[in-house]
Amino acid sequence: MNFPILSSVTLLPALGALFILFSKSEKNENRNVINLSLFTSVANFILTIFLWHSFDKNFVGFQFVEEQNWISGFIKFKFGIDGISILFIVLTAFITPICIISCVNSVKTRLKEFLIAILILETFMIGVFCSLDLVVFYIFFEAGLIPMFLIIGIWGGPKRVYAAFKFFLFTLLGSVLMLVAIISIYWITGTTDITQIFEIKIPVKYQYILWLAFFSSFAVKMPMWPVHTWLPDAHVEAPTAGSVILAAILLKMAGYGFLRFSIGMFPVASEYFIPLIFTLSIIAIIYTSLVALMQEDMKKLIAYSSVAHMGFVTLGIFTFTPQGIEGSIFQMISHGLISAALFLCVGVLYDRAHSRLISSYGGVVNILPKYSLVFGVFMLSALGLPGTSGFVGEFLVLIGVFQKSFLVAILASVGIILGAAYMLWLYKRVVFGKLEKNELKELKDLNFSEGTVLFLLMALVLFFGFYPNLILDTIHTSVEELIKNYKQAIIFNLSVIK
Amino acid sequence: MENFDLIIPEIFLSLSIFLTLLIGVFFKNSYNLVTNLTYLIIVSLLLIIFNSFNESGNLFSNSFITNSFINFFKILILLGTLFVMLITQNFIKDTKINYFEYPLLILFSVLGMFFMISSNDLMSFYLGLELQSLALYILASFDRDNLKSNESGLKYFVLSALSSGLLLYGCSLLYGFTGSTNFEEINLKMELENTGTTFAMVFILVGLAFKVSAVPFHMWTPDVYQGSPSSVTSFFAVVPKVAGIAILIRFVQIPFEQLIDQWQNILVFMSIASMILGAVAAIGQTNIKRLIAYSSIGHIGYALAGISTGTVTGYSSSIAYISVYVIMNLGVFSCIFLMKKDGKYCEDIKDLAGTSKQNPLLAIAFLIIMFSLAGIPPLAGFFAKFYVFMSVIENGMYTLAIIGLLSTVISAFYYLRIIKIIYFDDMHKPFDHIKNLGISTTLFLSTVILITFFIYPSFLNTIVETLVIN
Repeated sequence: MNFPILSSVTLLPALGALFILFSKSEKNENRNVINLSLFTSVANFILTIFLWHSFDKNFVGFQFVEEQNWISGFIKFKFGIDGISILFIVLTAFITPICIISCVNSVKTRLKEFLIAILILETFMIGVFCSLDLVVFYIFFEAGLIPMFLIIGIWGGPKRVYAAFKFFLFTLLGSVLMLVAIISIYWITGTTDITQIFEIKIPVKYQYILWLAFFSSFAVKMPMWPVHTWLPDAHVEAPTAGSVILAAILLKMAGYGFLRFSIGMFPVASEYFIPLIFTLSIIAIIYTSLVALMQEDMKKLIAYSSVAHMGFVTLGIFTFTPQGIEGSIFQMISHGLISAALFLCVGVLYDRAHSRLISSYGGVVNILPKYSLVFGVFMLSALGLPGTSGFVGEFLVLIGVFQKSFLVAILASVGIILGAAYMLWLYKRVVFGKLEKNELKELKDLNFSEGTVLFLLMALVLFFGFYPNLILDTIHTSVEELIKNYKQAIIFNLSVIK
Repeated sequence: MENFDLIIPEIFLSLSIFLTLLIGVFFKNSYNLVTNLTYLIIVSLLLIIFNSFNESGNLFSNSFITNSFINFFKILILLGTLFVMLITQNFIKDTKINYFEYPLLILFSVLGMFFMISSNDLMSFYLGLELQSLALYILASFDRDNLKSNESGLKYFVLSALSSGLLLYGCSLLYGFTGSTNFEEINLKMELENTGTTFAMVFILVGLAFKVSAVPFHMWTPDVYQGSPSSVTSFFAVVPKVAGIAILIRFVQIPFEQLIDQWQNILVFMSIASMILGAVAAIGQTNIKRLIAYSSIGHIGYALAGISTGTVTGYSSSIAYISVYVIMNLGVFSCIFLMKKDGKYCEDIKDLAGTSKQNPLLAIAFLIIMFSLAGIPPLAGFFAKFYVFMSVIENGMYTLAIIGLLSTVISAFYYLRIIKIIYFDDMHKPFDHIKNLGISTTLFLSTVILITFFIYPSFLNTIVETLVIN
């Protein structure tokens, strides 16, 4: 196929942003701008669905590859996708229109700039998942910081400046080490094209240090304990749409990075560092679940639960079993939907009552029945109830972990129980009980746009809970290939040592 | 008969300076006339140099050389000067320093730089350097009635004289130990075992480090940047740095070629120190000119990192870095000249608060330039740093690379702080509405270049690399 579909998917949102930038400012321009951005993002989503449709599930390797000479002499602009990345692209394109719909209610000032920032961010995020060259990947990975910094800083809550700075500097600090590693890889292998690096294979003596450099970047972005502290701040202060994008997509970049780069390029080091990853993941799962129990701010609670869920993702990736890795990818997609929905749910309450504190609510079910139903479903899927997409991911990950280590699996299961505890308790305190607070009595139930978005997400969560194969089929071949290459590298290394 | 074609730009420049000087003296209130003539001179010089870009050769018993490498720098100097002149006109008239000597002094300093970077002999090098510096001392104190301006001129003069003395001492040592003042002959007669030549090299590097304000010879920079009239500061921040980097590269390439082990250590140290100090010291600044001073120290650190590799890719990466630095700084100063409230120019960064609401275009330009200065992709500043670290890591200097990149994180903090003030803080008082074609064109060009640089990022490096090889 000659049509450069990946570049189109990547560049379309930026093009839309350019149009919005030059759209005439008039009194009721908001309508125009919103329609334009919605149109762009929905068109992009349709394009990605088409991409998914024409994607060959049984093909080993990268599809839709585009190559272009870029930095003359050494770096090519290379795009391509496989089973691992396609779903993240679809997820990104799906979440963006949802953010745009939700921000219409919540963003009161400078809507035009906000939409431009969201669309530019979409370009960068899709670029991350498409790039097959380390430098191109790095550029997209870092560039996303600029719009996200502005989204938190301009439209955020009272402590937004602190949160925005913390987010930016933490991520940048992790990433510069990755840049050193990328340049070193270029001088070791002579290329930054990852398909070539997979074939050349980086010498084992370099792998450990390079793995750590990549780890420093992904661990911050993931976020893993103990560098997760930027996430609760960023989530609490960011506007609803910002939190949704942050939780649903930005965090997935790190998981994707582990799968694509750490395991693919440094298999031996990945094997070597399994204990480190397992320890950090278990601490993340149990510790942040306990922290989440004690939160008084709803957004903060969900933010900590994200850290715990991401702990499952890293755990699953580093089991190197098909179930574990497929479970991780599934968990990332499902968490992308569920956390987005939970943040939207919090946003719905916040837009009405202007408080995120759990204590300012109670008995919401009496006045917002539709809302309570939707929130309940997402709450249950976040704690992994069978029949929702949250269950499939955690279950597969646990199967993978059991094959590796019994103790780790037990500890991770404890995390699931804790997850149920904080989620149910949150739900009880916000939704159930008597409606005692007078200021809550005036609240209105979901309006049309909120209802559409949340019911759509709910349908997807339930659909993937009952029919996970739609996702698992897509990723299966690529995951098998990943594990095959990994095992070959390990066996080869053992034979060299002997 | 020697080929005087090679020196035509310098001859043209000198003659036109004297002619313009006469015109300036004989006409009353001749600032505008002289300024327009200056534009004309710069543009014609650009044309002359473009025409003879690839000509190379030497003159006056090999004490003056020219080639495409040097011509590239001359063009960069001229373009920098042209744009600095364009953006400063409003300021010069508002602060009433519009005397006709002002553009002439700038031309004198340009002439000095031309001679300096074309020199192939310690004598002509020193003369060029001093001609450039003398003009700059006067420019720094050009706002005669302003105490700070006088102070900065004097400070610059005293400290610069000291460094010139050290430099001269180095030159004389070099002459004493090698028996020649010609760069190429010095290289031929250099004896590696001789500590004397190493001493000479150290002294000369100290002098040059002072001119480009690398740590630990940077002390004058913040005070002089803050005290001088902003129009002069913008010139300081852009043009002499280019010339300084050019002559530094020529020195390490020709006379000190064999002393690479010695100067490499010095440059690595200066580079690391400049990057760290530039990042840390700028955090506490509230005056934007002082902040830019520290940030320029940091940026010189990155340029020095490229030179310290001692390879062709290293030199070209640092030349590309300095070119991008020129573009970014022109943008920053265009913004600074737009910061005017109630007829007074502001220098406090708090005055920027709320710019994004009242003047969104200025705010977005500031945003792009600041992120580019911080080295965030996909802006030009990132690619400039990328090339530098590419060559640094190629030579296995991992410590330098890691320290350099970590200091970009620290320096990102204060660039972000400016963005924070512009975008996150509430408005105080709006800026005056300034309409000036020169400023808006420069600002527009620099932001557009910074944004679109990623489309063809190797553009600068491919040009520069061929120049360095020649």
